[in-house]
Order: sequence, then C-alpha cells, then structure tokens
Amino acid sequence: MSEAVVSDLMRAYVYRLAEKGERVDGRALDEPRKITIQRSFVKTAEGSARVKLGNSDVLVGIKMSVGEPYPDTPNTGVLSTSVEMVPLASPTFEAGPPRPEAIELARVVDRGIRESKMVNTEKLCITPKEKVWIMFIDIHVLDYHGNLFDASSYGAVAALAGTTVPAKAQGMGEDFPLPVDHWPVSVTFAKIKDVILVDPSLDEERMANARLTVTTDENGDIRAMQKGLSGSFTYDEVKRIIETAQKVGRAIRPQLQS
Amino acid sequence: MEDIEHIEKEMKLIDEKGVRLDGRKYDELRPIRIEAGVLRRADGSAYIEWGGNKVLAAVYGPREAHPRHLQDPARALVQCRYNMAPFSVSDRKRPGPDRRSVEISKVISEAFSSVVFKEQFPRTSVDIFIEVLQADAGTRCAGLTAASVALADAGVPMRDLVASCASGKIGGVVCLDLNNVEDNSGDADCPMAIVHGTGEIVLLQMDGHLSYEEFQKAMDLSINATSQIYELQRDALRRRYSVTLDEILKESPPAPPAPQAPPPEPVEEPEPASDSDFGPEGI
Repeated sequence: MSEAVVSDLMRAYVYRLAEKGERVDGRALDEPRKITIQRSFVKTAEGSARVKLGNSDVLVGIKMSVGEPYPDTPNTGVLSTSVEMVPLASPTFEAGPPRPEAIELARVVDRGIRESKMVNTEKLCITPKEKVWIMFIDIHVLDYHGNLFDASSYGAVAALAGTTVPAKAQGMGEDFPLPVDHWPVSVTFAKIKDVILVDPSLDEERMANARLTVTTDENGDIRAMQKGLSGSFTYDEVKRIIETAQKVGRAIRPQLQS
Repeated sequence: MEDIEHIEKEMKLIDEKGVRLDGRKYDELRPIRIEAGVLRRADGSAYIEWGGNKVLAAVYGPREAHPRHLQDPARALVQCRYNMAPFSVSDRKRPGPDRRSVEISKVISEAFSSVVFKEQFPRTSVDIFIEVLQADAGTRCAGLTAASVALADAGVPMRDLVASCASGKIGGVVCLDLNNVEDNSGDADCPMAIVHGTGEIVLLQMDGHLSYEEFQKAMDLSINATSQIYELQRDALRRRYSVTLDEILKESPPAPPAPQAPPPEPVEEPEPASDSDFGPEGI
C-alpha cells in the first residue's frame, strides 16, 4: 500500500462530500479530530506526553542536559527538536536517516515553540557563555493517520509543560518545573480542489494539493506558518485560514494546559 | 536514578533472606502485561509493559521485500528492527541504530526465522519493528515477547509463540529477570528465547561470569518463567479475539418468530484496544 495512491472511488467521494461541506468521518470542515493526551507516559524522560489526534498517535519525550550556549545567545538555554518517523508507524515509513518530511515536521514544530517564546529560555542559563540547559524534544511517531504537524506540536507543548528540570542530579540546587510563559497552538489545513478543511485525515492529506500550518498564541497572534505541497492559496483563503486557526486554537489550548 | 545508585552503594543487591532491592525473590518475574492489536496502520501489533520497560512491536507483511536483491525465490525473509527512543534511557540516546541495536535486531530476526512458515510466502518479507519507549533492562526479551504476539495478531502462520526471558547473577546469587540497577552492577546476564511447544531455544546470549552449575540454574529459572510468559501471550490474544457467549447473545437478542429472517449483522473487525489504558493487569 502506497501513501500516494488513493482509489478513484475514495477521491470522488471526498470531493463530493467536501463540496457540500461534509467529510467522510462526519466532521465539519473546521472541526479537528478528538485529542487525547496522556501525560508523563515515560519515566526515563524529564517530561513526556502521548497524544492521539484521531487515530494518529505520537509520543514526545523531553530530555534535559547541560551544555554550552550558542555564541550569539550566551544567556539563553538551547532548544533542539527532532522527529523519528519509525517504520512501525506506517507501511510507507522506512528506517534510515531522517527524510525531508521528518526534517520539515521537526522544524515546523520547533518554530512554533521557539517563536512563541513558550519556554522562558533566559531562566535556563546557568553560567553565561559557559553553561546552559539544553532541551531535547524527541518526537516519536507511533501510528500515522494524517496531520502529524498538529499531533506532534500538541505532544511537544504538553510534554514541555510537564517537564521538570533535573537540577539536583547535576548538583545545581533543587529541581524546578520548566518555566512556561506562552501556549502556542498549531492548526493545519489541507486544500482539496478549492475546499479547505482543518486537521486532514490520512485520506484527505494524501489527496490534498496544498497545506498550511498556522501557529497562534493565547492573544491570537501568529507565531509561525508553513505552507506545504505544490498547490497554492489565494490571499482571501489565507485570511480565512488564519481566522479559523485562531478560533480552533482557542478551543484546543485549555486541553494542552490542563 | 541517582537516588537508586546512592542506595545501592550502601545496600546489597540481595539480602541474607534472599530478598532483592525491589522486594522480589530470586525466582520472581517483574509484573508483566501484554496487549495485542494496539496500532491501526500495522498488520499486527502488541504493547508490553514489563517492570519499568514499555515496548511496542509492530508487524508488516508478508509484503514485497526491500531491498529487492535480498528477495529469496524460495521463502520469505524475516527482518527485525529494534530501536530505542532517545528518551527511553536516562542519558538521551542519539536517534538511529548503534552497534548494540543492530546486533539485537539480528538475533531477534534469527529467533523468529525458524518459527515462521517462510516457505508459504516466497519473495516476500515479514517486517518486525520493535520500539523501546522506556527501558529498564531486559528490553530485548520484552521486545521479542511482544513481537511474537504481534506476529500472531498479524495472522502470520508460525509453529508456536516464542517467549523470552533473562536470568543473571547478582551478589553471587543466580536470579531471574534482572532490572536496570541489578543489571548495571550484576555479575552476569543471560537472555534466552524458547519455542514453548517444542522446547527449542532460538535465542541465547550471555555476558559476565557464570560457572556451569550457575548457568544451568539460570536456564532452569528462565525456562520456568517462559511458561508463565507464554500464558500471558495467549491471554493477550484471547482478550483481543475471543467472543463470549454473552456477547453473542447481547448482539442478537432472541427475536420473536418473524416471517422473514433478520438481515445478517455486518462482520466488523475487532476495534483496536486503544485509549489511555492498555488493558487489564497481567500478573
């Protein structure tokens, strides 16, 4: 079974429904799938969250270690995000070095967290120019059913929010919770013909010709965007997408915070 | 982690009464629970919690073998990939295969090669993926035990389930199923896997120092434990697939005699047991 192949029958069915504002799984066009979050799933990590977005299943673990800051930001902690699309998660994923899809996914998740200043990295400085905390966000995809951008982002935000910095083990005082200031929420849209829908399922994602991810903060301000695939959006479509991202983001944010 | 290591310096791994740090006796397994059919995309899958280990296994295939030059015109390939999540251990593991996981993948592939009816699927590959999400020593045994259930869940024909367990030596005493603390400061570790029905040993490794007598004792402990593990594997598959008489009656209550027979119920695949809870407790 190849990811690129969607049967003509399914394609026609999705088109026909979309034109009426309906979807195969009964959702409205602006309705994301159900989100389930299991916090502190992994005890070996300093923070973790397993997120199911519909049937997509992602496990995110946070590891904290002490290292050198970048020379241009000597007073701030370091954030590093990577994604493993392990072949357990889909018949189309293969073992080996990260493919462009995994790198784009990691960078888009990273951007939402970094640009929203979710974590106060200045509080993660130990000795300026010498020692800072490094946050490793590792995203492990377990079951791929579409829209890994949002599933991974929700997992990363929920995992970071529950992370304890292991200062005691490093002989640097008491452990403390990771300082979280903001709450970015990523919302991804797919365009099929001229219909735009939120949180595409696997089939919808496979037949989409364009994709747009918008990350907004608690004020509704835009913190990161990424357009993908070969299709295009009109300016009006982009404006409508941002308005929907703000609305959907407001609805999802309390789930990530609790 | 540091606390445990601190305690360990002052405390023996096993005391005079034969009680280990986690309260177990020398011949006791850690709690194990197994659940079959936990992933949607995979052809078969299983999740296992074994003490502090959390491991997922998935099976794809028999499917076209890749890379193609590995295809065997007479039989299927059995290929396993064992992988540890970066956050599964206390010091972050760099993503991707290292020498240890390549070796473990190889010995697990070979363990399953003799039980799968490979001749039925020429030119194909049966791919087994083991993801260690949280590690606490004994991950290869946990992974192999889960992979065996995942193969059955995928409907891959095989002679029997393979059950796996390790024994080792701590503080001079041969003990079953070492945890992480015991493994790090123990004297020996000996993982094995066995085909339950025939007693064939399909995986055997050892490191450390054991006398011949100690080795025999370790194997006896492991063989005994794999019988218990085999029952847990079967229970997991039964929970996933068996339907009780009550359930059948509930779905189609005895209707009053009608002139026309009711339309047959559509046959549905069992829902993957998912959600936050991974099913009832094992032992």
